[in-house]
Amino acid sequence: MVDASTLIAEDLSVSRGGRPVFAGLSLRVDPGGALRLAGPNGGGKSTVLRVVAGLLRPGHGAMSWGDRPVADDWDAHARRLAYLGHADALKSALTARENAAAALAILGRPTDGLAAAFTALDLDRLADLPAGWLSAGQRRRVALARVLAADATLWLLDEPTVGLDAASVAALEAAIAAHRARGGMVIAATHIALDLGGGDATLDPAAFAGSATARGEEAWT
Amino acid sequence: MTAFVGVILRDLRLARRQGADIAMTLAFFLVVVSLFPLGLGPSPDALARIAPAVLWVTALLAAMLSFDRLFQQDADDGGLDQLALAGLPLALIALAKAIAHWLTTGLPILILAPVMAIMLNLQADAYPALIAGLALGTPVVSLFGTVGAALVVGARRAGVLVALIVLPLLIPLLIFGVSAIEAAGAGLPVRSHLMFLGAILAGAVPLAPLAAGAALRQALE
Repeated sequence: MVDASTLIAEDLSVSRGGRPVFAGLSLRVDPGGALRLAGPNGGGKSTVLRVVAGLLRPGHGAMSWGDRPVADDWDAHARRLAYLGHADALKSALTARENAAAALAILGRPTDGLAAAFTALDLDRLADLPAGWLSAGQRRRVALARVLAADATLWLLDEPTVGLDAASVAALEAAIAAHRARGGMVIAATHIALDLGGGDATLDPAAFAGSATARGEEAWT
Repeated sequence: MTAFVGVILRDLRLARRQGADIAMTLAFFLVVVSLFPLGLGPSPDALARIAPAVLWVTALLAAMLSFDRLFQQDADDGGLDQLALAGLPLALIALAKAIAHWLTTGLPILILAPVMAIMLNLQADAYPALIAGLALGTPVVSLFGTVGAALVVGARRAGVLVALIVLPLLIPLLIFGVSAIEAAGAGLPVRSHLMFLGAILAGAVPLAPLAAGAALRQALE
């Protein structure tokens, strides 16, 4: 983990397929900080995560990392984050360990942390099984192990607890706490009471949908 | 750079694990080529006359079988997001995908084609032109196919759509590839035909990945 710095997003507006999702959304995460994205289904939580990851370019607004605009170098931005989407990004034909190792190699990250991440999420017994044999919760844990081992500053987690049992949720909470203690940052979209550690802020993208509609109408008239 | 190699190695490992995919492409090539001697009846001269066209057309069609899964699998399981976050331009990701595709499809076809040519009674002097033409042509097929595959991510009946998009673009390849073999058979110089194929390849290497990268960016949004 290298350059922990404050992430600020200001006045983000996103529309998908011509329909505004949210507008005027701002967020801030300090080094060691956490942000919880809450709110109803379809409220735009995943969209916020995809925008922060740089997968989706906002129609309006800007992000900065420390004192530098993120838009200056999207590739550098990609290298400091680890993204867990709602899909696990596992190949059924590869084993759990091969999946995680290949994903880390593609992200250009070292694989030394992988063994510890597998142990932390109690995956050692499953590491050499094809991902196609694993249950939904076990696949989720393998995807989480990739995030833990990625040595990234900013974790972007989209419903990380889907399918996880109580013990795995506790292991994830411990991993998040350790990550934040090292100065790492977490943005998580979640419905359940996942404990992100103290001092986490909560943001509901759906609260910005009203202004999005207003703006959308404004744009049409 | 590690990400680039990582994508190629992962795709090769996946292809080896899911060996049926390569086997199916080769079996299709083999079966379709074998239909011609059966359909034409016992006339070796007629076979030798159509052999160049049959080999090239079948090679193109066999390659088409594999394009729909080039990006679709990654798009379905969330892997495309991870590829986009590799800190590499999407054009380079597409180039890596094209290289992996050529190694698992174009290269086996290139190796199998001379064997099939024996069955079609191809003239002995035409073999170098066949091999050289396919060596220059199959990478172009993989590169153009990458563009087509990136364009149809998420589409229904993607396999057919890719073929409809890509096959017309490959007509110049077919013309020069077949005329190289026919020129060799007639004792004429083949150099100019092969140079045209080389020129198409030289153009496709930088341009096709750029187009595929732009299409992938579109698919992510």
